[in-house]
Formats: sequence, C-alpha cells, structure tokens
Amino acid sequence: MSTASNRPVYLDYQATTPVDPRVFDAMRPYFSEMFGNPHSVDHVYGREVEEAVEKAREQVAALIGAEAREIVFTSGATESNNLAIKGAARFLKDRRNHVVTVATEHKCVLESVSDLEREGISSTVLPVKPDGLLDLDVLKQALTDNTALLSVMAVNNEIGVIQPLAEIGAICREHGVLFHTDAAQGAGKIPLDVAEMNIDLMSFSGHKIYGPKGIGALYVRRRPRVRLEPLFSGGGQERGLRSGTLPAPLCIGLGAACVIAKEEMANEATRIDFQARRLSWALGVSLPVQLNGHPNQRIPGNLNYRFDGIDAGDLLEAVAADVAASTGSACTSAEVEPSYVLRALGLSDEQAASSIRFGLGRFTTDAEIDRAASALITAARRLQRDAAAAKAF
Amino acid sequence: MRAALDDVGNPSSVHDFGQRARRLVDGVRQQIADALASAPLDVVFTSGGTEANNLVLFGAQAKRLIVSVVEHDSVLGAARASGRPFDLVPVDREGRIDLDELERTLAAGPERALVSIMFANNETGVVQPVAEIARRVRTAGALFHCDAVQAFGRLPLMPALFDADFVTLSAHKIGGPPGVGALVVRGDHALAPQLHGGGQERFRRAGTQNVPGIAGFGAALQDALISDDERERIAALRYQFEAGLSVAGGVVIGAGAERLPNTSAVAMPGVKSETQIIALDIDGIAVSAGAACSSGKVTRSHVLEAMKVPDALAESTIRISLGWSTQQDDVSRAIAAWTALRERTLSNRGRDAA
Repeated sequence: MSTASNRPVYLDYQATTPVDPRVFDAMRPYFSEMFGNPHSVDHVYGREVEEAVEKAREQVAALIGAEAREIVFTSGATESNNLAIKGAARFLKDRRNHVVTVATEHKCVLESVSDLEREGISSTVLPVKPDGLLDLDVLKQALTDNTALLSVMAVNNEIGVIQPLAEIGAICREHGVLFHTDAAQGAGKIPLDVAEMNIDLMSFSGHKIYGPKGIGALYVRRRPRVRLEPLFSGGGQERGLRSGTLPAPLCIGLGAACVIAKEEMANEATRIDFQARRLSWALGVSLPVQLNGHPNQRIPGNLNYRFDGIDAGDLLEAVAADVAASTGSACTSAEVEPSYVLRALGLSDEQAASSIRFGLGRFTTDAEIDRAASALITAARRLQRDAAAAKAF
Repeated sequence: MRAALDDVGNPSSVHDFGQRARRLVDGVRQQIADALASAPLDVVFTSGGTEANNLVLFGAQAKRLIVSVVEHDSVLGAARASGRPFDLVPVDREGRIDLDELERTLAAGPERALVSIMFANNETGVVQPVAEIARRVRTAGALFHCDAVQAFGRLPLMPALFDADFVTLSAHKIGGPPGVGALVVRGDHALAPQLHGGGQERFRRAGTQNVPGIAGFGAALQDALISDDERERIAALRYQFEAGLSVAGGVVIGAGAERLPNTSAVAMPGVKSETQIIALDIDGIAVSAGAACSSGKVTRSHVLEAMKVPDALAESTIRISLGWSTQQDDVSRAIAAWTALRERTLSNRGRDAA
C-alpha cells in the first residue's frame, strides 16, 4: 500500500488514491458470500445486500449533513457531474435556459455545459482571479433571472484551491439559482455542509477518497426539491434518477471511505499539512520555485509548483524512478497541451509547461517526502545546469 | 482483482503507477475483443449493461430505432427517451421475434435504422435467432445492436454475433463484479458520447475506468468462456427441475423456444408469484418474480404480456436461475418445496370449497 522502496514515491493522490485496507475489508464479503443483487428484494440474498447498501447511503449522507434519501449512487464523479448539470438544466429548460460555470472546472463539467449549448441552453464560463479563486462580484453579475444552475467545484483538482462555497451558495439562493458543486477533490478533505453552504447538488468520487474506482454519488436536495432529468433509462433504480444495477460492494466501499474520512479528516489534514510544508521548505530553499494558486485557501495535500526555466515533462522523466507525480489532470496528462487551468490563472504556456502537481495523501510518509525532495532537487539542478550550458554554447 | 484494488494508479496517468493500471485495463480489453472476434479499440468500458444500452441507443448514428417488445427496460426506456422515432417488433407465444414483421418494419422507412434485439431474455431465457436477425438487418442497410448481457458466458456468442455492429456485455451476470460493463462497437461506427469529460475510452465514455472492476471482469471472463461441461451440467439440472415441476402441475413459459440453459420461468396456476416466493424463501430457496430491477415494485411483466401469457398465469410466474454453485441437491429441494407448496394450496382451497 504505502509505496515499497523499489517503486517511486506516489505523489499523485489527486489522480487517484489507493483503497484504504479498512475499506477493502468492508467490501470483501460483498464480492463473495454476500453476492445478492440489492434490487432482488424478493429473497434474503438480495435483502441483506440492500440493507448494507442503504447503510452506505447513510454514511455518504452523514459526511455532508444530508439525508440518506438525498444520495444517488453513480459510476463516478464524471457521471455525477453529467447527471447534475445536464439533468437539472434539461428539467428547467422551459423556465430558465442558462447555466454558469468556471474556467478552471474539471473537463467533464465544461464538456457537459458545451453539450447543453448544442441543445440550445446558453452558458457563461467565468474567469478566475490569478490565485485561482472565483471573484464573487463577477459571479453576481453573471447570474440572471434566466440562470438555472451554477456549477463551481469545491476544491480544484490541479491547484488545490478551495472556492468560497458558503458565500457562493448564499448568492445562488438569493438569485433562485441551483448550486452544484463538484466535490470529487473536496469531500472528505474539507468540512462540507449542504445546509450551511446552500448546496443543491454535490458530486462525489470513490477513488479520490480511498474508496474504490467505478463508484460515485450525487447529492440531490429534497427540501426544496431539486428535480433532474435522468441520463439513463432502464430499471428505474435510485428513485428513477439512475437506472442500472447498483454495484453493492462498491457502494459499501464508498460508505466505508466516507466514515473514515469524517472521523480522520482533521487529524489527517494536520499531518499532511506538516508533510507539505516539509516538501515546500526543501524545494523552496534549493530551487527558484513558485506555488501556483492561493497560498492559504487550499487543501494541504495538493502542491502545484512552477519550476521556472525547466520543462516539467523533462523533470518528471528525470525523477521517474523516485517520484510519481504529474503535470496536471490525469485524464489529459498524456496530452501535450499546457493545462487550461493554469492558463486561466494567467500563466504563460511556458510557465504552465514548467509546472508539476504533487499530491500527498493518507499513506504518504515523511521518509517518502525526503526521498522525493532530494531526487527533485538533484534532477532540477542538473537540468538547470544543462540549460545554462546550452545557452552559453 | 484483489491485486488491482491494492494497486494505486489512474490508467490515464503517465507515470509507472498509471501505466500498470492501463496495461491491466487493456489486457481485459483484449480478452473481450477476442471473445467477440473484434479489435481491442472496439471495446468501450461502461458502468454496466444499462449504461451500455443507453449509450448505443442515444449515441449511434441512426435516424430511427427498431426494438423488440421483450427488450430489457434499459433498451425500451432509452428508445422512448431518445427522442427518435421507434418501432416495436412483436414476439410469438414462445417469445421469439417475428422475423417477417421485423423485415416489414425495416422496409417501412428510407432512413437508416438501429435495430436493438437481445440475445437472450432476462425473464424467460428465450434465445433469439440473432445471426439471422443480423443478416436481415445488414441486408436492409441498417445497424444492429445486440444486448447479450444474459447470454454472455452461458452460450457461445460467436459466430452468432459476427455481424452485430454493437454488443452490450455486463460483468456481474458472468460472476464478475457489479459496476462494470462494455459496449463493443465493431468497426468504425460513430458513437456520440453520453458522459462528457476527460476523453477516456477514445472519447466515447468519459470517467476514470473502474480498474479493479475491469480486472474482475477479465477474471470472470476466463472462467466464463471455458464452461462447455458446466453448461451441460446446468442444462441437465434445469431439465430435471422443469420435469419435476411439470409433474406437479407447473407450466414452463417459452418451453417451445431455444432458451438459456440456466433460466426457467415457471407458473404455478392458481398461486400468486409473491406467495411462492415467500414460501420458497422460507425454505431457503431464492427465486424472483421477474427482473430484479423491478422486483421491488409490483408491475406486470411486459415480457409475459408480449408473449400473450394470460394474466392469471403471468401473476403466478416465478423466475428460477441456476448457477455454477447450484447442485443436484438444490434442485431436488426446490422441486420438493414447490410441490409441497402446491399441494398445501390445493388442499386449502379444497377445504374452503367444502
């Protein structure tokens, strides 16, 4: 689980997290002896699994101050985001046909919005300030009587900044606009409360919070009730909002992951913050690095550093034996395009191409931080020297 | 699968952890492609059969849809929700597609149609002549989608599906984990994505792949595809079971059609299916009244209705599925329990009448 010494240090917890062994233990029986289909309520095999799935639903709800029946299980945050945005906008289309989102959102949010454009629902994509945060005055101006929905992520996947959700929620409520937040990177890492923050729809991912891949959830407010048009037709599971057999073991895994996150969130954040400072300090004293995004309004486990004058791809390749990190979002890290998130902060192509995201998490150790830092410093200095030599020549 | 759960790694990440995950996913992609004599790039992983069916009915490039009346709710529902005109093809009393009617419907319009007909029915096990259907669909210049979820692993899919353009598969019906399915898109048919996002699955289905689930799919596939003996064993048990029930007054639905070796829909005339399920449940035998998706609600089966099974008989029908863990003993026990229930009911009724 924690990376063995012969493998590189895993610093990519935003791309995906390992399954917590406690989560695995909770799931295991439901892969074998408790294999029933939770929808087969005619017999005991189905019912015992149904009970466990409903308990998991409560556990997910408890993490964000919601009720169990407000949680819809999905195949992941991408599906949750698609369902929330397209589902709400399509349902409200005859009354309000405008949606608003932010330039630094995850691709699946931006793509959902542009898909709606093709259906005749207009959209506004808001810029962010150089620190990555949404300007609330700009937001207020963008919302109109015709706006159905605003989608703003809780924590950015590339730079880790936390958007001011409570303030945004209050503004939405004032304008009668539904507020959706993609909390794939935020749930279990920062305290979230759907009542306090006036959140109407919230997306979860299993594999970003030490749960399994292939599972996510969408919180759908019941009072006042948020109505959605489903994406899939079929057996009418999940109160008609999401057809398809529920993957019971995965639902149970997500529930278990939420329980652990709720309990350990505060202590874990403190420990990761300490390790992040250790890494920042080591890099900061040895190299001319710049942190991308707001310095304090952020989760501790996401450090996006700019190594000016060094190509991020070259640096990652040079340290590949010791460090597994990435240049940005995993979905697109095989692409050569510079990150659109960093570009939205006002970084040049060159600056964006010299930035690396380090993701720390539950199983990161101090020793791993030290090993990663020394590998990075050695390699970065060598690359700097080579570049200087090439220039001199 | 165990190993994949322990492993970190997002298959889209370029580092070592991510590439291990990708290799694993691509290995299973190859396995599925092999099973259908297709190419690895043709395989689109989804969250299950329902999503795969929705993806093709919404996303395939066709102007109209033709689906059979006995399709799974995910096909019928998607056809209705897709906004495209669609026609329903009826079945005969044994549950088999009316091929002449299919042909007429294909000829009825000039626009390109997508025909969606399942390999085997989830409630009755009735198998459709998919090779013949595919041939006729192709001749008409239309596209053919086959929901093979129920048949997969229970019957050989090839060469019957050699000419199918789209095939839906699901892992949890072959002993793999729930939450994983695939749509096989043969050749280069365009498919508009229904989930938008990170561009995974060659832009046909966004979302991080369920890596351990896919690994489990692969493991299940290995076992599922070598089970000729197992298939014969289960078919023999099913034969015994149905013979036993017929002796006790049961009526097998779709008995005249080719069916999956493991599935039986049997009616006990005069006894409501709910009563049978509860009684059998008490005896430790798990059966259901129809599709699991809808077994919480009490609605009539559209499949039995389409087969013109009389209401009274449809209300007393239960579905029995046998699996790799089913033994001779289980079958004998089920026959005994069912026979006892019927005798009890009949004698009660006799007393009431007296």
